Parts: sequence; C-alpha cells; structure tokens
Amino acid sequence: MSTRIFGSGIKRREDPRLITGGAKYTDDMALPGMLHMAMLRSPYAHAHIKHIDTATAQGMEGVVAVYTATDLSLGAVPCAWLVPNSDLKTPAHPPLAADKVRYVGDAVAIVIAEDRYLAQDAADTIHVEYEVLGAVVNPEEATQEGAPQLFDDVPNNIAFRWIASSGDEGVEKAFAEADVVVKDRIVQQRLLPTAMEPRAALAQWNSGTGEMTIWCTSQNPHIHRFILSGMLGLAEHKVRVIAPEVGGGFGSKIPVYADEALAAWASMKLNRPVKWAETRSENYLVTIHGRDHIEHVEMAATSDGTITAIRGTVYAGMGAYLSTAGPGIPTILHGLMYCGPYTIPHARCESIGVFTTTTPTDAYRGAGRPEAVFLMERLIDQVARKLNMDPVELRRKNLIPPFEDGYTIPLGLTYDSGNYEVALDKALAMIGYADFRKEQAEARKQGRYLGIGVTTYCEICGLGPSQVAGATGFQGGLWESTIIRVTPTGKVHAMIGASPHGQGEETTFAQLISDEIGIPVEDIEILHGDTGNTPMGWGTYGSRTTPVAGAALVLATRKIKEKARAMAAHLLEAAVEDIDYEDGKFFVKGSPDKFKTIQEATLMATLAWNMPEGMDPGMEASQFYDPPNFVYPFGTHIAIVEIEADTGIVHLKRYVAVDDCGPQINPVIVAGQIHGGIVQGVGQALFEGVVYDEHGQLLTGSMMDYAVPRAEAFPEFELDHTVTPSPHHPVGLKGVGETGTIASTPTVYNAVIDALQPFGIKTMEMPLTAARVWEAMQRRNGSANGSTNGVHEGS
Amino acid sequence: MQVSITVNGKRYERNIDPRMLLVHFLREELGLTGTNIGCDTSQCGACTVHLNGKGVKSCTCLAVQVDGMDITTIEGLAQNGALHPMQEAFWELHGLQCGYCTPGMIMASTAYLATNPSPSEEEIRGSLEGNFCRCTGYQNIVAAIKSAAEKMQQEPVGV
Ligand code: FES
Ligand code: FES
Repeated sequence: MSTRIFGSGIKRREDPRLITGGAKYTDDMALPGMLHMAMLRSPYAHAHIKHIDTATAQGMEGVVAVYTATDLSLGAVPCAWLVPNSDLKTPAHPPLAADKVRYVGDAVAIVIAEDRYLAQDAADTIHVEYEVLGAVVNPEEATQEGAPQLFDDVPNNIAFRWIASSGDEGVEKAFAEADVVVKDRIVQQRLLPTAMEPRAALAQWNSGTGEMTIWCTSQNPHIHRFILSGMLGLAEHKVRVIAPEVGGGFGSKIPVYADEALAAWASMKLNRPVKWAETRSENYLVTIHGRDHIEHVEMAATSDGTITAIRGTVYAGMGAYLSTAGPGIPTILHGLMYCGPYTIPHARCESIGVFTTTTPTDAYRGAGRPEAVFLMERLIDQVARKLNMDPVELRRKNLIPPFEDGYTIPLGLTYDSGNYEVALDKALAMIGYADFRKEQAEARKQGRYLGIGVTTYCEICGLGPSQVAGATGFQGGLWESTIIRVTPTGKVHAMIGASPHGQGEETTFAQLISDEIGIPVEDIEILHGDTGNTPMGWGTYGSRTTPVAGAALVLATRKIKEKARAMAAHLLEAAVEDIDYEDGKFFVKGSPDKFKTIQEATLMATLAWNMPEGMDPGMEASQFYDPPNFVYPFGTHIAIVEIEADTGIVHLKRYVAVDDCGPQINPVIVAGQIHGGIVQGVGQALFEGVVYDEHGQLLTGSMMDYAVPRAEAFPEFELDHTVTPSPHHPVGLKGVGETGTIASTPTVYNAVIDALQPFGIKTMEMPLTAARVWEAMQRRNGSANGSTNGVHEGS
Repeated sequence: MQVSITVNGKRYERNIDPRMLLVHFLREELGLTGTNIGCDTSQCGACTVHLNGKGVKSCTCLAVQVDGMDITTIEGLAQNGALHPMQEAFWELHGLQCGYCTPGMIMASTAYLATNPSPSEEEIRGSLEGNFCRCTGYQNIVAAIKSAAEKMQQEPVGV
C-alpha cells in the first residue's frame, strides 16, 4: 500500500491564494453602488443620552443617511447562552443606544456615505449631549453596595450566579480536615483577541427578490444567518451569510454584533450595498474581549501531597451587555473543569457574572478552560512549596491513571480517554528536568535567576453533544453536517457547515476523504463559509471542527464508499460481500486485477445506464453528526525562563510541549496550531493585558498600547506528542486548536515564580512585565518604597 | 491631486484626494486587495509593500507622497508565473494560517533579505519587530525566511 495520506504533513491547499494576494477577505469585496457605514460611538463609559444633533452630518455632501436608535426597526442583539439555574438576567442590548450608553464604544448613530472617509468625517460632526454617570470596571467592585448600576432591574450588576459542586458538604469537610490549605487571589486580566483581520461586513439587499446577502467576518455563518434573520425580521431562507476568507477569529468572530446587523438593515432601507469595516482601534473598543476574572481560589491537601479539594469564587466581568456566548464561558466551560487531569474528589466553583461599564466579553481562545487550568496549576505549585515537595512529583501523585474509554469526574463530566503520565514523562525527558534543577541551583549561586514551570493539563473541547448544549442553556445545537458530492469524473465537492478561518481544513478534510476512498487530495474541494451552498453547521470554535465536522465527513465518505462498492459489485458481476477495497479500487476477493476504481463506479452510477436493482443514480451522501461526548485532549508543557536581575525582563529560554490530540491528520498543521496557541498563552503571562482607567476609558486601545507578542520574544518551541485516540470518534480524533493557549500561560507563569523563589515572591498579577518583576525583586531587596503593583509576597 | 505611480511595473495616473493613504490607493483605486490593513497605528505590518525596493508600511504614507515612485505589492512578487522563493518557503514550511499577515510578512522579509542576505534566526526574529502574526506563533515564519534566504543565496532573484 502507498504511503497513507492520513498522517502526512502535506502542504496546505489554501495557501496559493494566500501567498499571492489572491485571497478575498470581506473588506476586499466591492459592489457597484456600494455605500460605506461609519459608527458614532460613545466617548463615555456610562451616560444618559440627552440629545443627539445630526443636522450637520445630514447636510454634508456625499452623506446618504444618518440614523439613530429612533429610526431603527431592528431587533435587539440577543444572548444565546442562557445558563440555567443561575438567576440569569438578560437586559436588552439595543443595536444603537437609545437613552443610555454603557461602555466606551457603545454605538449611538450610524452614517452612510459614498466613501469611507466621508462617512467618518460626517460621524465626527454629530453632536451628542450626555449626562455622565459613574463607571465601574472591576467585576468584584461592581457587585458592591454603592457601585454604579448599569441596569435598573439588575441589582448589584449581578447577571448570574452559577454553582458547580461535587457536593458542598464533602468540599467543606475536605477543607476542614486538610493538612494544608493554600489560597490565592487570581486576576485573569482582560485580553484583546486581536485577530489580525478586524471585523467587517458587506450587505446587499435585493428588493426584487427580497433576498439579503451578508459577507462578514464570521466563524459560524449559519449561526449568523439564524440570528441575523431574526434581528432583521427576514425569513431565514431569504438570508444568505457568507464568510469569505476570514483572517483569524480566536473566538472574537463567533458573536453576533450590532454592526453587521446595522449594515444589513441600512442596505435594506437604502436599497444599496453597504459596507462597514472596523479600524483596529474600533476593534479593540467594541469587538469582544476575553477572560476578565477575579478569582478567590483555594486547594486542600494532605501532608503526603494528595489533593483533596479545590474551590473557587469567580467574579467574571461580562462587560456592559451579555455577548452571544458570554455567560457560558466562566460557567460551563470553566467551572466543570475544576478537577483537571487529577483525582481530586471534591470540587466547587461559584461563578458570578457581573455587568461592568466595559466592552462585552465572550469566548477568547480556550474560553474558560485556560482560566481553570491556570488556577489549578498555580495552586498545585503553592501546595508543593508548602509541603516542600517537587511540583512534578505532586502532579504525578494526583494524575488520573490511564483510561481508554471513559472516566467520570466528581463534577459529572466523563473524560473520553487519557494517558497523562506518559506525556509528562516524555516532556520531562525532553527538558532534562533533573539536570535543570542542578543548573538552577548553580546559577542562583552566581546571582542568575532561572526558573522552570510544568503544566499537566486536560481540556474539554469538540463541543459537543447537542443534548448537553440544550441542558446547559446554549440556544443552538452542536452537531455538524456535510454533503459530499462526487462529480461524474470522480472529483469531490465536500460541503461543510463548519467554517475554518486559518485552521487548514481545506487540506486536512481532503486528507480524511482521500484516506477513506482513495480519491487524490487534488481532486477534492472542501466548500465552507457560505450558507447558500453548505449544509447547516454550528461553526468553528471550541476546537470542534475536526472532532465534529470531521466525524460527519468520515461517515459520509463511508456511505459513498459503500455505494461505490455496491456499484462495483454490480459491474464486476459479483456479490457485494465479495468485494474488497484498497487504494481507491474495488475488486473481487482474491483477484485484485479485476477491479473498478472509485471513479469508474462513480461515472457508471452517474450515467445510470445500468444500475443495480433499487439503487438511485448519482454519487452523493449527506451526514449529520452529533457527537456522543466531548473530547478531552491533554498533555504536558514545560518552560524554562531566566530573569534579568537588573531589569526584570523575563527571557523564555526553552519551551517543551507534549500534546495528545489523538491521531494527527496532518502533523505540520497540528504543530502550527500548537505554536500559535503557545504564543497567545505566553502573551497573557508576560505581555498582554487590557487597562481601563477608573472612568472606563480603554487605555490599551491601539496596537501602540496593547502588547501583541512579537517574534523576538520566543525561542524555537520543542514539540512532541503521544497518541491516545478518542473512543467515540470514528477515527479517534480530538481537537487541538486551543491546547497551546490553555497550557502555556500557567507554564510560563509558574516558571517565573520559580525563578523568583530567592525573593520569596508568591504571586504577582499578570502580565509579568519587566516593570512588575523588577519592582517585586526590589521590594524583596528592601529598596522599594511601598507601591504593591500587584505583587504579593510569600510568608 | 494628480499622481502617477508605478505599481508592479505598470504606471497608473489618478486624480485623488490628497489625504488618501497609499494602502487605500492600492486597495480601492487599483483593486489590489492583496495588501491588507491590520491596524491604524503603524504597528502590525500587514500593509507592507516595497517602495523603490525598500519595505514600507503603506498605511503610513499618503499616496501623493509616492508620486513618481515605484511600488511592488504581493501581487507583483511572483515573476512570469513562478512564485518568489519567499512565497514558496512560506507554503512549504507552513508559515501561514489565516494568511492575513502573510502578504506583509512576505514583502517585509524579502525587503529585509536585500539588506541582510543570510541572517541568523535571532536576526530574523528581530527583523519582524514591525510585523505581527496572531496565528502561527512565528516559528514557521522564521523557518520560512531562513529557508528562503538559503535558497536565494544559491539562486539569487531580483525582488
Ligand atoms: S496596517 Fe499598516 S502597519 Fe498595520
Ligand atoms: S497567519 Fe493569521 S495572522 Fe499570521
């Protein structure tokens, strides 16, 4: 048999258009008669709108229309994750603010003009009279008495209060009986997703047919169609949403925003195409932010290092309104993962969602799971320190033993498969853990500060069974579907409902199909992103495209294969049971020379001159796939850092990642996902962080102020993997889109704290910038003068 | 204002708004949308093109400033249907995912190699100071630039 295409690191099929400038992103599109939309946004975090004067803008040459909330006939922006048993409040989120603005960036008016410069000029002339109200940006403070209230009917700004518990009594008892308890206050700082392509939309209304076409930067065009048709009051079959080339998302292109809906509404109103494209500053202001937790967490253990319980109270900043999936992130995707890959018998998470006068938050790469893994790995290192145990040995002692088909944790989830210690050992060998400890001790004697951080993680992804989606309040399904159509000459169109935007499924999915039926990859086209020519699917996020849409694809391909087998049997005048398959050929058992290729079988089925009894013509199959469970990839990441004593600069010296996402369709693409994920996670540990001032002004509102990680900050990552198939997936696949981000933040953070042991520093707020680290070192050296700057010393 | 700008070997005469950015001139006047826009503060490098052979951020200059000059964009890099070695290397080594930063990365790195034809890995990383990528973690971009540099040392091409 020839080399298997599954598992081969072939070059990506999407690349030729991307490396030559031939790709078409939303803002690259232009239509005849196209108008441009600009938004007027609130400069205040919280204010009553007293009066809006648009007269000057209306009168400007080239301005076609100016609209405010009173002009609109457009539904509110809905929240689509209504987490149950949490007393969830869902105050209306109007597309344009009517009487009150609730964050800097809240849209107040739109201008439609003949070109984008003019639209912006006109927006700048609109005069709004505001009565400024108090701002509150910290989610914990927002719940306190006397804090500014965003909504009249949401007391203390509490949007929800959600609890996951293995049993409160057991948790209490474990803490009461513990030999050691460690506590921490963790700030999961807000992050800016920063997909390199900002959001954009182009809407074209066809009054003749009553059809609306919206090109937009979407990770899930079918969800966008579903919700936008409702907001616009159009029948769903008259709305077509197209995600053309999409320049990254990382969660920020999942939600439904007001802007896209406003462009579509304006296009209907004016009967001309309308385009909106945000600037980067606008992106930082209004496209969702990620994380934003203040967590009070603690861990209980016995003196031999057995972890007996973990619990936490999370204040999760939701921003000014609930974004599409916002409430699901710090709850379902966070609290249920409090046990991690460990045999912790008791766990409890209380998550309090809080409105603040800030940009709404939603899923950002990892979404809830990075926060869970971070607090776990932080607490474990602190327990180890208290017990004077090696943090690696403490982890090893508590890891869940290998399992191949299901392990149910006390919080109710059933992990699919895991073999955690093997990954740990592999990573330890790669980094040379024992030798490093010696080197570290030597270095300290010379006044050099080296540190190592180890994370053993598992995470929940491949979202997910639709039944669970429903039970947890997600207002959609989480299955995927595909239609595979083989043309008369044996070429394949595979249409998928998921919507890749950089992950490479045009390549890996062609490999999956090719592997099953032997049609060469060059003859397979994966169509996605257009609701007009793809079957329904719920989108690309939560590391779900490969595990869920990939499964649908494999099963559909197998249907094709079986039909082709039956056709070949008919043509070879043999019984179906007697037909064997290899490498795209069907042959009678024992006589491989007498065969029909998949292409021949397809051609004959398409011509349909001579069909087997009861078989319909054509070669096409469709398949829905609702996964029976989530998938749970895992692994170990290890980082070594060195801290410059004079400056506090953290140098990332080495980074080892051993991940297990089951079998890899294309190892080069898998590695790419992990590289990118690591950099984003390290970005959180060392560089990135949203800063609001007390008035709710976004101080990190441009790339000048927000530290997007750069190439020079990183060494070459050292990757390896183990392979533990998922028992419930047709080919054992798990997701890998988020593992790097989930694992790398605590890995690098713990390495820095380890390096700073001689200074007795227990915890610092992220990002661990040079200024912060340097100051911490000075305080310990006794030469600083009082500012705490997020640094807490150990006892 | 009247300008005459040569882009990818072809001269364009246009009457434009004096405040029009070069990147908008390329994208909207000429329809060359391969050059992307990733920021509004001159940080990200998505818009990098060659101006008289040097890498510049086309969001950072006005079209009228380049009157009479010579621009190469990503669309003009492949010669006679053959990809530039840098394009080849990005493809070969998986130096891109969503591809949004890619035209800028390729234009910036080809311009860089003209000034430093065989850079070390560290120098390559340093040279990308003004080019952000949110997808790849840079590892394969660095590898691609290194590999292209080596190939171009063997078989020089004009950029
Ligand atoms: S768009 Fe020019 S540097 Fe970002
Ligand atoms: S490939 Fe997506 S930003 Fe670089």
